[in-house]
Order: sequence, then structure tokens, then C-alpha cells
Amino acid sequence: MSNVLTYEHAVEVRELVKRFGAFTAVDRLDFTVKRGEIFGFLGPNGAGKSTTIRMLCGLLLPTAGRGTVAGLDIIRESERIKTRIGYMSQKFSLYEDLTVEENIAFYGGIYGVSDARLAERKAWILEMANLADRRHSLTGELAVGWKQRLALGCAMVHEPEILFLDEPTGGVDPISRRNFWDLIFTVAGAGVTVMVTTHYMDEAEHCDRLAMIYGGKLIALGSPAELKAQYADAGQLLEIEADPLMRALDVLAEAVHDVAVFGTTLHAVVHAARGEAMVRTTLERAGVAVRRVEPIAPSLEDVFVRLIEQADRQREEAG
Amino acid sequence: MLQRIIMIIWKEFVQISRDPRMLGVVIVLPIFMLLLYGYAINLDVKHVRLAVYDQDGSQASRELVGAFTRSQYFDMAVQAWDERAVTQALDAGKARVALIIPATYSADLARGRRATVQVLVDGSDSTTASTAIGYLAGIVQSQNLQVSLQTLERAGQPVEHRARFWYNPELRSTNFIIPGLIAVILMMLAALLTSVTVVRERERGTIESLVVSPVMPFELMLGKLIPYVIIAFFDVLLVLTVGVFVFHIPFVGSVLLVLALSTLFVAAALGIGLLVSTVAPNQQVAMLTAVMATQLPTVLLSGFIFPISSMPHAIQLFTNIIPAAHFIRILRGIVLKGNGLAELWAPSLFLLVLGMVMLAASSARFKKTL
Ligand SMILES: Nc1ncnc2c1ncn2[C@@H]1O[C@H](COP(=O)(O)OP(=O)(O)OP(=O)(O)O)[C@@H](O)[C@H]1O
Ligand SMILES: [Mg+2]
Repeated sequence: MSNVLTYEHAVEVRELVKRFGAFTAVDRLDFTVKRGEIFGFLGPNGAGKSTTIRMLCGLLLPTAGRGTVAGLDIIRESERIKTRIGYMSQKFSLYEDLTVEENIAFYGGIYGVSDARLAERKAWILEMANLADRRHSLTGELAVGWKQRLALGCAMVHEPEILFLDEPTGGVDPISRRNFWDLIFTVAGAGVTVMVTTHYMDEAEHCDRLAMIYGGKLIALGSPAELKAQYADAGQLLEIEADPLMRALDVLAEAVHDVAVFGTTLHAVVHAARGEAMVRTTLERAGVAVRRVEPIAPSLEDVFVRLIEQADRQREEAG
Repeated sequence: MLQRIIMIIWKEFVQISRDPRMLGVVIVLPIFMLLLYGYAINLDVKHVRLAVYDQDGSQASRELVGAFTRSQYFDMAVQAWDERAVTQALDAGKARVALIIPATYSADLARGRRATVQVLVDGSDSTTASTAIGYLAGIVQSQNLQVSLQTLERAGQPVEHRARFWYNPELRSTNFIIPGLIAVILMMLAALLTSVTVVRERERGTIESLVVSPVMPFELMLGKLIPYVIIAFFDVLLVLTVGVFVFHIPFVGSVLLVLALSTLFVAAALGIGLLVSTVAPNQQVAMLTAVMATQLPTVLLSGFIFPISSMPHAIQLFTNIIPAAHFIRILRGIVLKGNGLAELWAPSLFLLVLGMVMLAASSARFKKTL
């Protein structure tokens, strides 16, 4: 059937559904991941990211719909998929009571890596993860950032074509996150397709393309630039500093298309060219002290927040 | 496939070697249990307090009483002169067993008629009572022999005792009990050992990396079973050594055969634990289930205490799925009677099949839940 070279998309899903009892965790997802790209999977807690990745990796059976990974069917050919992919689960899943080296040897062994090749892979992983000095340490004693690099290494010990990373940087400091993303770039540069889930907007910016999901549904798909451009079509984004902030939020919620709190400021979307002045007068008339109103370029976070609010509104209208 | 199984075996061994609790479970627990239960069963039934009401007062009746008190299983506690004194002694706990010899005892013996003695047993401590009855039967039977030898020309079965007994050990009951105990202990231990292996992977999240890997359920189960078979085999050696050197069970048959067939037994028992492990939601439930699922059936239905041959037919059939039932048959057969495979192929085959069924069931269960 399909072999290493002939598949077109690294991942392709159509109408993918997963229900747990009456609860729908993944709701008719459609997307494709191109070969060699870094594909980000963005969504709030409980959006269905892990559930989707688990179906792609053969850990869960879909309730409905279909999908392929490396051109192989995720339902019928999941065993063949397993040797072609690497998976790093959200929860750390290496053996904490084995040493760094032993974990590498174990995963190499069960993936059928030959002894000679394993020695090379082990050296590469220790170097890549910067773990050479800790090779004999128990894995449970490593700091979180090291563990995650080791987990990435073990997920790649058999040189997979496609990597699924489920929140690989959860709970680590910014420096470790930066280091980890450097590894992802290196790996992707070598031609490996990477599908990665995240909560972090700065990480999402690093992706070639993004799927945003919410409540199990796809709410946006495209490159970071495309998503921001779509947002810009809806109007001009303003950053507003005002006092009291919450009163300003209430007032603007009546007056403008979209408004949300961003740290100590508000972000609002206005249609007209005169939107800036309109916001100022509206707020001042309501007795709010306006410190600053400034047009800004939308960030991914703006895009994301607006899409989620839209989805919520649609859900309310629907019932 | 072989490489994957070997990797899993290796990994399990490394993990076991880093878990200090395992040392306790594997070495201390079986020895502790064997000594505790072995001595408890052994000592409790020695020196049982005996009340005697000898209405006959003859040479023959004194000989019968002597047979009891010389045996070290019974100590003369109360010499009663009427039936009320006997009842009082039993009620007050001064005696656990009472022997009443009728006034016609020696006369009956002399005439070659069936002599009857009455035995009363305090049933409140049923373990002691039942074991005491067993000894009693032994003593009466050996006395029986003696008496009948003396009255050979006159024929007949001279002494009949009226106690009903459902367990009939030989005089040295340890020979019978220790092999059974070994089976019970190994059974519990083995089921306990494997009961957490799969649940633990699930609790720690390591199961995910295993399931996305090309490892097949069967390979994983076999890879997890084999290290524990080796460990449990070590325990077989341990408890057998204690049985022979501490409890002096005579070892009539082939040691090699015992060891070989023990492997089948522990594999079946470990398989039960493995199956529990694929079903249980967490480690606590797994261990509890393993102990419950093995202890009660093993103690009650294996022939350890209650002879299988005296059970209702349906229950006799049921005992076939209890590994310890087969193993006790094997162990008693080899250790006490010197049986070989010729006599023991059937229980051995049962153990082999049980082990394979457990392995297959565990693999099937594992596949479905993930
Ligand atoms: N085995 C399960 N049984 C029942 N419900 C489940 C199961 N697994 C996941 N869910 C539910 O499905 C929803 C989606 O879960 P999922 O883990 O895919 O979310 P996620 O996007 O990965 O979230 P997070 O960012 O918190 O990791 C959640 O509401 C979760 O409670
Ligand atoms: Mg998740």
C-alpha cells in the first residue's frame, strides 16, 4: 500500500469524532498536516487536543470519522503507524526508576533498533538533550526541563518521520522552553514533521501552521500571519488603558464589536476609522478616566480570545 | 519479537532491583508466613487439655488413657468422677476434650464385643477442636490395633469411638500440613507479585509509551511474567528448604520434579495476578483483589484443610480451576509418597493449561482497555 515516500500529507483527518459516553471530546475535526512542517495545535484546557493526538497515535479508537498518519489508516493500520511515529505524552511517561541511559536502551530495544545503531542514537540523544553528564542518573531525579528533553530523545530513538508532542513544555521555565523549541527546530530542519500542542502563544508563533480548537471543534486553521490577517479584516484593534478598568469593560461591551481584558489593559475591535475617538468619548461620557488609546497590530492571543468568544456566542444562540 | 520480550524482562528486573520493598515481599514474607502458620498449626494442637472419666477403672481402660497422655498431644487436665464433672470441666475451659470410658469397657473387650468409648470435644475453637479430633482418631486407631492384636483369636473390632471427624491427618500432621501451607503461601505471594505490575504502569503514565510502541500485548504480558516466575522459583526453593530443615518433612520423591512442577504452579498463580493487574483501577485495589481472589478459594477448596474427595461433586469439579488444588496433590504426592510424573501428569497438565489461559486472558484484556 503506502510506503515511506509516497504519502502526500503527514496527517489527514476527516470528520473525526471521539465521544466518552454522552460527552463529545472531539467534534468532527477536519485538518491536514503537510510533510515537514511544524503544526501547532492550540486550545484551552479540555479542548480535545490530547484526545485527538491519542487517536492519531493509535492509543484511542475514534468514535466516528477517519484519518491517516503517514498515509496509513489510523483505525486499520495503527500497528504499522507505530513504528513510523514518535509520541511524547502530556504526562511524563518514561521510567523514573531507570537511569537516563537505561530508558534510551529500553525504548531503543522495544522499537527494534539494532545494537550498533542504538549506540549512535544514544550518543546523539545524550548530546542533543545535553544529558551526557547525567547519563547514569535516575530519571526521576532530573529537573523537569531535562526530563522533557530526554522524553523527546526517547520518542525519537527509532528515527520517526512524524513526531507528536503533547504539551512538551508544560510547567518549565522560559529558558528551558526556549531550549526545547530550538530542539524542535533542529528536528524539523532535518525533515521530521512535528505536530505539537501548546497553551503558549509565543510557542504558537513559532509554528508553520496552527489549528485552534475549542470544545472539540476546529475554530481556526492557518499560518500565524494568515490568522492575524483574518482578524484585521474584522476591524482595527485598539489597546486601551483606563481607570477603573472593569467599568470601562462594561461600557465598551455595549459600544464596540469586541472587547477583552489583556493584563492591565483592554483590547477592543472597532469598525470605523473614527473608532479611536469614539472609544475615547464613550468612556469619558461614562466617567471613566482614559489614560491611553492606541491602535496596535493583533497578536495571536487576540485572535484566539476573539475566536473563543465568538464560539461561545454562537453556542448560546444555538441553545 | 524476542528482542522486545527480552527488553521488557530486563527492564522489569532493573526496576525490581531498585525497589527495596520487593526484597521484603520476596524473602521475608514467605519465610515469616511459613514459620508463623507452621508453628501455629503445629504447636496449638499439642498439649490439648484432656478430661477423663474412667468408669471402668480396669487395666485395659488405664492403658487407653495412657495412650492419650503419653502422646504429648494431650495432657491429663481433669480426672472426673461423674458426668457432671466432665461437663463442668469443658464449660469452664479446664479441658477441651473429654474421654468417657464406660464401665463395661474391659468386659466388652474380654468377650470380644465392640467396645465403645465416648469422646466430647469443645467445638468453640474449631481449629483446635478439629485438629484434636484428628489426633484422637489416630490414637484410637493405633490403640485399636494394639487391642485387636491382644484379642486376635476372638476377632471383631473392639474399640469404637463416637466422635465424628472431618479431617484425618496422620499422627505427624506437619507432613501433611506443610506441603499444603507451602502451596497456599506461594499462591498468595505470586498473585501479589504480579497484581500491581500493569496497574503501576497505568498509574505512572508509562503505559502510554508502551502502547504507542510496537510492543504487542502478548509480548508485554510474557515479558512481565517471566521475571516473576524466576523470582517465585527462588521462593519455592526458600519455602521448601524451610519445610525440610525446620519442619522436617521427609522428602521421599524427586527434588527436580518438585522444582519443575513448581514452575508450572507459580506461572499459573502469577498469571492470576497479571489478569487482576490488567483489570484493577489502582494498585491498592489490585493487591486487595489478588489476595481475596486467591486466599479464600486456596484455603477452602485446595484440599489444604478439607479433603476434596469429601466435597459435593459440583464443587469437586470447581476445584480444578484452583491452581493450589493441583499443586498440593503434586507436592504431597512427590514429597510424601515419592510419586513421579506417571501419577502426576493430570494435575501438571491442568497447571500448564491454567497458566496459558491466564496469559491469554491478560493479553486479551490489555488490548481492549487501551
Ligand atoms: N478517558 C476519558 N474519559 C472521559 N472523558 C475524557 C477522557 N479523556 C478525556 N476526557 C475529556 O475530554 C475532554 C478533552 O480532553 P483532552 O485531554 O483531549 O483535552 P486537552 O485539550 O488535551 O486539555 P489540556 O490542555 O488540559 O491537556 C476533557 O473534558 C476531558 O475531561
Ligand atoms: Mg492535553
